[in-house]
Amino acid sequence: MILDAVASVGRGSIGVCRVAGSIALFAATGVFHIFHPPFYGRMFLRALVEIAFFSLPVVALTAIFTGMVLALQSFTGFSRFSAESAVANVVVLSVTRELGPVLAGLMVAGRVGAAMAAEIGTMRVTDQIDALTTLSTNPMKYLVAPRLLAGTIALPLLVVVADILGVLGGFIVATLKLGFNPATYLKNTLDFVQTDDVVSGLVKAAVFGFIITLMGCYQGYRSSGGAEGVGAATTASVVAASILILAFDYILTEMFFAR
Amino acid sequence: MSADIPKIRIRGLCKEFGAKQVLDGVDLDVASGTSLVVIGGSGSGKSVLLRCILGLIEPDAGTIEIDGQDILSQPREAQGKTRARIGMLFQNGALFDSLPVWENICFGLLAQRKLLRGQARDAAGDFLAQVGLAPSVGDLLPNELSGGMQKRVALARAIAARPEIMFFDEPTTGLDPIMGAVIDGLIVDCVKRLGSTAIAITHDMVSARRIGDMAAMLFQGKIVWRGPATALMESGHPMVDQFIHGRRDGPIQMELRR
Repeated sequence: MILDAVASVGRGSIGVCRVAGSIALFAATGVFHIFHPPFYGRMFLRALVEIAFFSLPVVALTAIFTGMVLALQSFTGFSRFSAESAVANVVVLSVTRELGPVLAGLMVAGRVGAAMAAEIGTMRVTDQIDALTTLSTNPMKYLVAPRLLAGTIALPLLVVVADILGVLGGFIVATLKLGFNPATYLKNTLDFVQTDDVVSGLVKAAVFGFIITLMGCYQGYRSSGGAEGVGAATTASVVAASILILAFDYILTEMFFAR
Repeated sequence: MSADIPKIRIRGLCKEFGAKQVLDGVDLDVASGTSLVVIGGSGSGKSVLLRCILGLIEPDAGTIEIDGQDILSQPREAQGKTRARIGMLFQNGALFDSLPVWENICFGLLAQRKLLRGQARDAAGDFLAQVGLAPSVGDLLPNELSGGMQKRVALARAIAARPEIMFFDEPTTGLDPIMGAVIDGLIVDCVKRLGSTAIAITHDMVSARRIGDMAAMLFQGKIVWRGPATALMESGHPMVDQFIHGRRDGPIQMELRR
């Protein structure tokens, strides 16, 4: 009975290690192909436009509403101990360090990661990936490397937009609803925010962009079993990317800000 | 190349997936310039055999020689060069959904830098003509084509690099008899015109006799019969007889439950 339980835990642990190793190997192969020719510039540009440009509306709306809610919540909370003047500081710090990259990451994971897993998964189950190989094209180089690079570059670009719109959302609520002086609010924001706050958020975004495209490509590439398998790969890519984003958010925050 | 060295020679090829032995010591020779049709039931290992030669699946044991060179013992780069000499027509066409037909056809040539993109569109028109399609089809996407047209485009893609060896995986599956005959005719024309060596796998006995010079039957991972394709109907082999006549009773017992 006890041995069975231990064996079950052991099997589970081996399974987790096997998957982690498989993902690590896939990531290493993908990164290797980013730096070794031939390069597929058209595939890179296509992925960049898909991730950066077409995700703009969803990221922009998320950021602006988050900034608005943040200003409102922090005002009502801080007013209990007469610290309303800290609203601008809280909004800019929360948005640039945490909410901008994390929320943009989660939104892009849902939109782009799922689409990537579905596209590559469909190519896998309809033999298109095998066809690439027979046509002298390395699928890792053609399908995976350009997406990994595009994701790593696109998410920081989106987070720059999310940071600006998040702060703007807070500004709108603070000045139009809560009665803050616009000039004072902006001065507080600019005085308080430091380069490290923005840069740390952008570094996080680059890591999240890599994670999202990695999980989308990995799950799609490994999918099998027809439409059901592609559906499962799509779900797995979003779930895995979301969990990894939150886990790496903590790890990176610890690295940047732990004293 | 010496006349007595077959274009493709396979010896002792084995592959298992879990507990299932899919290929169990396959020995096969295909002479240069001839077409071999491999027949066999579903799950008998036909597709796995082609995928092992193409390098899409790594066999557990055995040798695969092309022009006398064992490709499994070659360095990866040399394997790639050898396999670039093989054209493949997949069962469902496997056309790239996101690319127009002309880019699908010339994909291999563009990948090997044998054509520039500007030249590829015109070249695709020539290849489309060879499979009986109008050049205007080149601007369509694969999902805008019928099944028969997709098969023809896939054939045009397979012949575009003028391969020395061609593989056809169930080329007439899912097509009506007339379109099946058209595809078979195109395959024979293309193989003869290019002087290629071909292996086709099929369940379709009419197609097998039209395409093949030679035929072989794969059963439970082994070649159980081989001979001229014209002798398929009078092979005298009980398994081949049962298979080609579609009899339920005989030496081949289908696994209905796994």
